[in-house]
Amino acid sequence: MTTKIGEQKLLEIFGKMTLIRSFEQKINWLFSKGMIGGTSHLYIGQEAVAVGVCHVLRDDDYVLSTHRGHGHLLAKGGDPKKLMAELMGKKSGYCGGKGGTQHLCAKDINFLGTNGLTAGAIPIATGVALAIKLSNSNNLVVSFFGDGASNHGNFHESLNMASIWKLPIIFLCENNLYAMSLPVSKSTSIMDIYLRAASYSMKGLPCDGMDVFSVISTVEEAVRWVRAGNGPCLVEAKTYRFCGHSKSDQLKYRTREEENAWKKRDPIKLLKMHMLDSKIEPSVLETIEEEQMNLVEEAVKYAQDDDPPVARVASSGVFLNA
Amino acid sequence: MSEDESVLLIGEDIGVYGGAFKVTEGLLESFGEKRVIETPISENSFMGVATGLAMMGFKPVVEIMFMDFIALAFDQILNHTTKFHYMYNGQVNIPMVIRTPAGAKGGYGPSHSQSLEALFIGIPGLKVVAPSDPYTAKGLLKSAINDPNPVLFVENKVLYGTKGEVPEESYLIPLNQAMIRREGTDLTIISYSRMLQLSLKVASFLEKQGVTLEVLDLISLSPLDEEAIIASIKKTKRVVVVDEGCKTGGIGAEISALLAEEAIEYLDAPIIRVGLPNVPIPASIFLERHVIPDEQKILDAVDQCLNW
Repeated sequence: MTTKIGEQKLLEIFGKMTLIRSFEQKINWLFSKGMIGGTSHLYIGQEAVAVGVCHVLRDDDYVLSTHRGHGHLLAKGGDPKKLMAELMGKKSGYCGGKGGTQHLCAKDINFLGTNGLTAGAIPIATGVALAIKLSNSNNLVVSFFGDGASNHGNFHESLNMASIWKLPIIFLCENNLYAMSLPVSKSTSIMDIYLRAASYSMKGLPCDGMDVFSVISTVEEAVRWVRAGNGPCLVEAKTYRFCGHSKSDQLKYRTREEENAWKKRDPIKLLKMHMLDSKIEPSVLETIEEEQMNLVEEAVKYAQDDDPPVARVASSGVFLNA
Repeated sequence: MSEDESVLLIGEDIGVYGGAFKVTEGLLESFGEKRVIETPISENSFMGVATGLAMMGFKPVVEIMFMDFIALAFDQILNHTTKFHYMYNGQVNIPMVIRTPAGAKGGYGPSHSQSLEALFIGIPGLKVVAPSDPYTAKGLLKSAINDPNPVLFVENKVLYGTKGEVPEESYLIPLNQAMIRREGTDLTIISYSRMLQLSLKVASFLEKQGVTLEVLDLISLSPLDEEAIIASIKKTKRVVVVDEGCKTGGIGAEISALLAEEAIEYLDAPIIRVGLPNVPIPASIFLERHVIPDEQKILDAVDQCLNW
């Protein structure tokens, strides 16, 4: 673990990871009470990845996300109130209720979408990176996806194009070991997905996705590489989702022993241990945890009090009028 | 492209080669590699790349080499390109044109001859247009590029050889309006693209026999110009719909449903559809001609409708 990150920044990182954890736990509860419809893919267990990555990015960098995207949006600086309102289908949600969990966009913070199609956003992120290059800007794009998406044609097509065009993009694979239920060992020809970068003459870097410092130092290296104009980089974060794929998951395909082994390396616990070792007062962390939980409660209240969208919204906005 | 620097071309072999049908010939020399972007054979992903570019303010014009290959990009078109403006509640819009050659051209066979427009007209957020002559092609393409939404621009391979008057100056053809190409009182043929040209020939032939057909060029397949369609049917009371796609679930089927809902009381005879029977398009020119609509098939349909 590196310790070059100042205490204030560390507290911010801890706060963001705690926010995501509390938010997702709340979503789980709201689902069980029938207060949110549709489906939901929780980010619990993977918080160090989104928060570590977004810690390294500049505000004007772009992020494109996946079906499991609440954590990415919050890490990028998304507003929990607008996110919660969207998940409850209310009018003040990020997309006015039209998008929901898998179709969230927050253009004001350069968050260009969660995505309901596995690997669906990878080509779009590649296009955003091409736009940046054509505009001679020096910001970059992070395209999040999972181990399952790395077997999709879009992964191959997009990494190839990003490499031949030397685009400013980081392909960020969150390998949580399962594509819905199918384990990487049965779905993927290789256990270390970052090694696939070699097929595209691309830099590939692994990191420990449970350790936010490992994520940060690895992504810093990737960002330096990409911003220097060397072209794309594939980063693989080895991680684990603590909950099931979605709310219908009965977790028949993995053992409780395996889950417990990973939960011992809970990214928030690891960070907390590090911070306590660094003589940060436990009460400071408790205060942060409380603050984040309050933010989530405020978001729930905001979303509950918010009005549903009016009927005409459903049938309007298909086209932009010229 | 010379008027608007945000317009880019993206596709396979559109540079030095000029595209499989030479539509982009010379544009690489004129505008360079940053504006004429050649891609690997990665249809779904370069459609996604174009969508990303459009989200960032560029106006990509994508070429799909043969319309058949658009199947490979269908996910991006269906779930991303055409959905983003709506599902992100107006935060982004996708000013994109997808150009693609459709239709049979004497022996290209099952995977290089299809007219698949009907698969796209039911996709909300997508406009679908198809020109039938050079004048319309120019003005319609310009409107498609200017439009802030995704537009599927269907070209026909046989029509690439068509000659016609095209003004030097800039002009626009609306994306949502049908056009009466020939006025008549006895029956309306509704068609578009190459089949429109065949329909006009049938109308000329029949005029000599004292039958006057109205020929309506749809130009826009989505949205359909319902007003123009119904106005013509009110006038002639008989209709034949001609297109090159499969008859089942086709453009003709959609227009028949529209007329059944909105104009059945004006009709003096059943609606007759001319289209491809539900078979793949065989490669042999001796076989192809049996399935692709031609003047004789249109004429037979008109006879049937007039004599009902």
